Amino acid sequence: MKLTSIILPLLLFLLATAIPEETFSQQRFPAPEFESGYELPDVITPEPRALALEYGDVIVLLLFLLVTSWVVIKKRSRQWILWMSVGALLYFGFWRNGCICPVGSPQNMVLSLSDPSYAVSYTVIAFFILPLIFSLSFGRVFCGSACPLGAIQDLVIVRPVSVPVWIQKSLGMFPFVYLALAVLYAATGTDFIICRYDPFVGIFRMGAEFHLIVLGISFLLTGMFVARPYCRFVCPYGALLKVTSIFSKRHLSITPNQCIQCKLCTDSCPFGAIDKPTPDKLVHDIKGRTGRFMLYAAIIPLLMLIGGLALSSSHVFLAKAHPDVYLAHLLIDNPEVMDDLNNLDVQTFLGSDRTIDELVESAGEIQASFYTGAWFTGVFIGLVAGLFLISQYIVRRRTDYEPNRGDCYSCGRCMKYCPVQK
Amino acid sequence: MERKKTKSRREFINSSMRFGMVLALGGIGGLALRSSTKDQWVWQIDPFKCSWCGRCATNCVLNPSAVKCVHAYELCGYCDLCGGYLIPGHSDRSTAAENQLCPTAAIERKFIEEPYYEYKINEDLCIGCAKCAEGCSAFGNGSLYLQIMHHLCVNCNECAIARACPSDAIKRVKGSEPYLMKGDFTADGGET
Repeated sequence: MKLTSIILPLLLFLLATAIPEETFSQQRFPAPEFESGYELPDVITPEPRALALEYGDVIVLLLFLLVTSWVVIKKRSRQWILWMSVGALLYFGFWRNGCICPVGSPQNMVLSLSDPSYAVSYTVIAFFILPLIFSLSFGRVFCGSACPLGAIQDLVIVRPVSVPVWIQKSLGMFPFVYLALAVLYAATGTDFIICRYDPFVGIFRMGAEFHLIVLGISFLLTGMFVARPYCRFVCPYGALLKVTSIFSKRHLSITPNQCIQCKLCTDSCPFGAIDKPTPDKLVHDIKGRTGRFMLYAAIIPLLMLIGGLALSSSHVFLAKAHPDVYLAHLLIDNPEVMDDLNNLDVQTFLGSDRTIDELVESAGEIQASFYTGAWFTGVFIGLVAGLFLISQYIVRRRTDYEPNRGDCYSCGRCMKYCPVQK
Repeated sequence: MERKKTKSRREFINSSMRFGMVLALGGIGGLALRSSTKDQWVWQIDPFKCSWCGRCATNCVLNPSAVKCVHAYELCGYCDLCGGYLIPGHSDRSTAAENQLCPTAAIERKFIEEPYYEYKINEDLCIGCAKCAEGCSAFGNGSLYLQIMHHLCVNCNECAIARACPSDAIKRVKGSEPYLMKGDFTADGGET
């Protein structure tokens, strides 16, 4: 009996290998007919997280935004904001493992617009839209307390140094560049770079690739002295929040009443987001300023052209992030990799039923879409650079100390310093 | 008087920009809503595309991976000489550890009746390396294959394994049908 049990499958196996593949793609060995009354066990397939819980996340986010807005505008309490940001860090960070979060959501929105087969879910739309609507109404309340990435950086601020204004302004352009690139990569279906290089998600999950952990820890270490470095100089969603917050309906104010020019709040902001009263000298120098403004406004089209040309000419390099383009280049430039048995990507491709011509054709299409996309991206970056330049010459007459609506995260630190009573 | 005028001009610019942005947001939201879904998206492996490269075990953001081997019992031949369980060509046919394919001994073999043996995956030990799935597909019915287990998967916005997968086998599927089970559909996408 024992012998047949060995020989039978072996024989069947030999038989099976002799028959061409199509005929036995499902069953080489027939399903046995059990005599002992054995019943097939069930295959256990646990369900994903319930849809109701996903909607629950939206409600939690909405609650965070509503309460923060109330605290920032009416209650005026730093303490509340602090505890809410701890709550957001625990819930969206450590409990939900940093996914779902609005920071990456622009990519899903873009992919759903560019790829008809990808439908974005209601939850993601809500996570994209809600913080922006609140930003238009009350400023960046999302950054202040609902964002887990912001919260983790806010909690490690030890001894913030003030960054020179020109560094802060020029590095502040990078989020827009990052956003533009993220849109390009998402629209071409290549990659979600915001999520891929999220420095804190590894900390939330207590595990990630080595370089991401290093990146996260170095952001936190930097953040002890340069407060919220990711929010200020990297965060692409922050770029959207900044633009919407500048035109917000209402906003946090440092003083609950009339400013008495006591200057107590000047050093309270770790992010350099408090605008001082405009010096008289600057107010009266309208002529020189207008000249510069007009000059830079005139070169914006040139900057846009340069940006578009620069990025579109590097579209081949940018497109190499797409696996098909990368593989096509690898196979054409170094045909010897085909003999490299350790190169999994090449070997799997050679083993598949795609031909090299098909691959090259698909890579060509992707490169073409990168060319168009890179033009848009470059023009956008040029425009942003131009707007940053001319914004230096827009001077608003300010008599009081006011939060900068674009840069203020609504953390509420400054309110604590104001001695004025309601 | 001069002061008041500039202020109202600034307010006008602000409110019209705000109005424009609300419109833009509404437009983007509306466009996205048009192609939106009530469902959520989750990641899953198409077992017919999988090439058993082993990256599921190493590239998942979780350690051990959220990818586990599942066993489609109705496809299994219950062989004694299991291509997914034993290292092929091994002369000594004892089931000792050195003869087993699984690096973590996650496959539990149980005698049912002559000549049939049941193979069960111990999910706590499985690391999703696909060695058994490769063996089973090469020499057997292909009843052992990999799936992403949704009680473990954190559903990253972009799956790290999907990006590394050389055969493009990992795709987004609707959350209401989160598994691509063999037996439910065939390699060419048809229903069985």
